[in-house]
Amino acid sequence: MAESTTYKVIGTRPIRHDGVDKVTGRAIYGADVQMAGLLHGKVLRSPHAHARIRSIDVSRALALPGVKAVVTSADLPPAEDRTIQLGEGGVNLKYLSHNILAGDKVLYKGHPIAAVAATSPHLAEEALALIHVEYEVLPPVLDVREAMQDDAPLLHDNLKTKSLGQDTDKQSNIATHTQFKVGDVEKGFQEADVVIEREFTTATVHQGYIEPHNATAMWNPDGQLTIWESTQGAFTVQRQLAPVLGIPVAQIRVIPAEIGGGFGGKINLYLEPIAAVLSKKTGHPVKVLMNRAEVFESTGPTPGSYIRVKMGATKDGRLIAAQAYMAYEAGGYPGSPIGAGMMCIFTPYDIPNVLIDGFDVVVNKPKTAPYRAPGATNAAFAAETVVDELGEKLGLDPLQFRLRNAVKEGMRRPDGPTHPRIGYLETVQAALNSDHYRTPLEGPNVGRGVASGYWFNVGLQSSVSISVNADGSVTLVEGSTDIGGTRASIAMQAAEVLGLKAEEVRPIVADTAGVGYNDVTGGSRTTFASGYAAIEAAHDVLRQMTERAARIWKVEPQDVRFADGVFHHAKEADQRLTFKDVAAQLGRTGGSLTGQATVAPRGVGGAFATHIVDLQVDPETGKVTILRYTAVQDVGKAIHPSYVEGQMQGGAVQGIGWALNEEYFYNDKGMMANASFLDYRMPTSLDLPMIDTILVEVPNPGHPFGVRGVGEVPIVPPVAAIANAIYRAVGVRMCHSPMSPGLVMTEILAKG
Amino acid sequence: MAVVWIPSLLQSLTSGEEKVSVQGATVGEIIDNLEARFPGIKDRLVDGAEIRPHIAVAIDGDVSPEGLEQDVQESSEIHFIPALSGGVADVPRSVLVISASRLS
Repeated sequence: MAESTTYKVIGTRPIRHDGVDKVTGRAIYGADVQMAGLLHGKVLRSPHAHARIRSIDVSRALALPGVKAVVTSADLPPAEDRTIQLGEGGVNLKYLSHNILAGDKVLYKGHPIAAVAATSPHLAEEALALIHVEYEVLPPVLDVREAMQDDAPLLHDNLKTKSLGQDTDKQSNIATHTQFKVGDVEKGFQEADVVIEREFTTATVHQGYIEPHNATAMWNPDGQLTIWESTQGAFTVQRQLAPVLGIPVAQIRVIPAEIGGGFGGKINLYLEPIAAVLSKKTGHPVKVLMNRAEVFESTGPTPGSYIRVKMGATKDGRLIAAQAYMAYEAGGYPGSPIGAGMMCIFTPYDIPNVLIDGFDVVVNKPKTAPYRAPGATNAAFAAETVVDELGEKLGLDPLQFRLRNAVKEGMRRPDGPTHPRIGYLETVQAALNSDHYRTPLEGPNVGRGVASGYWFNVGLQSSVSISVNADGSVTLVEGSTDIGGTRASIAMQAAEVLGLKAEEVRPIVADTAGVGYNDVTGGSRTTFASGYAAIEAAHDVLRQMTERAARIWKVEPQDVRFADGVFHHAKEADQRLTFKDVAAQLGRTGGSLTGQATVAPRGVGGAFATHIVDLQVDPETGKVTILRYTAVQDVGKAIHPSYVEGQMQGGAVQGIGWALNEEYFYNDKGMMANASFLDYRMPTSLDLPMIDTILVEVPNPGHPFGVRGVGEVPIVPPVAAIANAIYRAVGVRMCHSPMSPGLVMTEILAKG
Repeated sequence: MAVVWIPSLLQSLTSGEEKVSVQGATVGEIIDNLEARFPGIKDRLVDGAEIRPHIAVAIDGDVSPEGLEQDVQESSEIHFIPALSGGVADVPRSVLVISASRLS
């Protein structure tokens, strides 16, 4: 339970510790890394979406003056087709390795094949043109439904569908089939008074982080490897690199630079092993940077998908049955977020009969990577559109319909476990009571849409240490990359425990050699789990500081109590020592002092959001203009409300871009036609109104301060909310995302 | 006895039973006892000495990183949650597994 409901630091809005560096341009990013003898790497990428590599001739490239080394997959240890254990779990080594440097096949346009290290980036690029690759071009398959056909081109020779431990004997592009089942869905549909069934498709979308991938590696002759880079998880890079390179984890040190956005896309390995083997071959440090086209074509987007949803309700407005068929594109190698999408699709609702089938399908596109609530936005687009239509058929207000069916504490999720205290109901109520929803919307071709969404959040492992300085300030060392203000949110939790101001805690993001193990900044886990570690480390500090105060007073520690930043003598009321007083005497009472904690906290609190959008459709062009947008979210206890609001606004804006503009355009040969920010259109501040936020604070009972992850769920409802608003505006149900002007116009014309 | 919820894709092995009460002090013992009643089920859940890579085991809503060694209480509720790669498939299963869970 929460330690206190009255906080001095939590809930305030101090300036972030890294703010000045970032706004003045002093923050050091991966591309800023410079060192003596630095070589520059460039990557040769496949021009084909699907091809067998017959041969690679690098001799002409190696002969170019200034070129120091060329590497291919032959320079990596043999990648066996087996699962390797990485601590608590496993990955397929062959897939992991061959996505970094292709083996005998390329599976998407942009698939890395070889890399060059040279004395300048220009020479390296020139050398790429001298590498001769002989291909046997194969037909690509780009659409998930086509890839599932029996006669589809097969990407992998040995891929057979796995279904909960059972392998089929048939080669297929379907990597896995998964199912969740509750009750009897057919019986549920028979009992329903209204049933709606629709098909939905979503295009491939990229996270669009502003900073391209980068990595600089130095492989010393003694075998010690150091990587400087932009990553969401230095330790995760370290753990993956070890088996890919065939060296022990302890020989690898990963130093995370500041990160210019990630949204899930900076977890997978891309450039690190390439820079490493180039460095090993040359004996020099090697830096490799991607350009924007490489980011689009070669790093993980979120999957395109096909989803069929059928839902039934009774006349009294109760959802009684729901069924989904979900097929997600994994890209060239298995591993789409299909499981997460399945977990989220119907979770906002209490539905007695549910059947969800999910398929993970390989296609000739880049291997997908997580993107902010991976898989959940696609799922919510489908389910929330059908929910909206059911409510309409029943003559119910869309929010009242959701309220009537809202999931609550103790109810079971479709995948099994029951919910703890959650705040979905409260988000719908807050939306109903909002100024936005209570304000009439008037005008031609305008519409208001709502939608809800769920993301489960994760916990994983975090470590924090806190050293007390002689002046009573503290240095907090954490290992979580700070993407969205987590230095501040972690430091504030420690400050609350220690009775300090947020500014008196100096948070440092350490590398893999500077702090205990930390999982990625992802899954909306950092403020929750690393914050949890900070709380525990702060308590460790207090325990030790209490001992020091006892030593000063020559009493037992139990005779000292701590409150509001002051140590009190339990038996002599006038005896008191501030935190600073004790800190100043550390040298005389046993030496310097560090508290630490490593946690794998349970008690993750799931997050729900409900969004409202007003928009206007131009009936002559199909262009959609967002007029007003409000994001309502159960945020648990907001540690730093400004950064929570920022997460909600950012997620909503990314969702709006996904809904209206963003998609990978492919030609029939699998070539992406819009691999630049000029043609891959993301919304800017000029396109949007201010995103209003309503923070609903239902504390998570599993965290000392009630924290829930807040970063991902705000991207879940927007696509569906916009689709529902377009329907209200012009009367067409949109079943494909993005809802670009051309598509909206097509639907308007088809409606007549 | 602990209650084990049988994933729908394994219910063909349990004659359609959705949940069964099983003796066992650890997940490993639970699975061994399940196997005794429903032959073939262990092979679907376990690979060697580990839970299969794309299966998570949740005890009372908490996904356990301890796998077969995880202690189980008499009153526990056990779920085998299938194939939840969660989009984080290229990182250790600690991410995949726990992302599957609502940890109460």
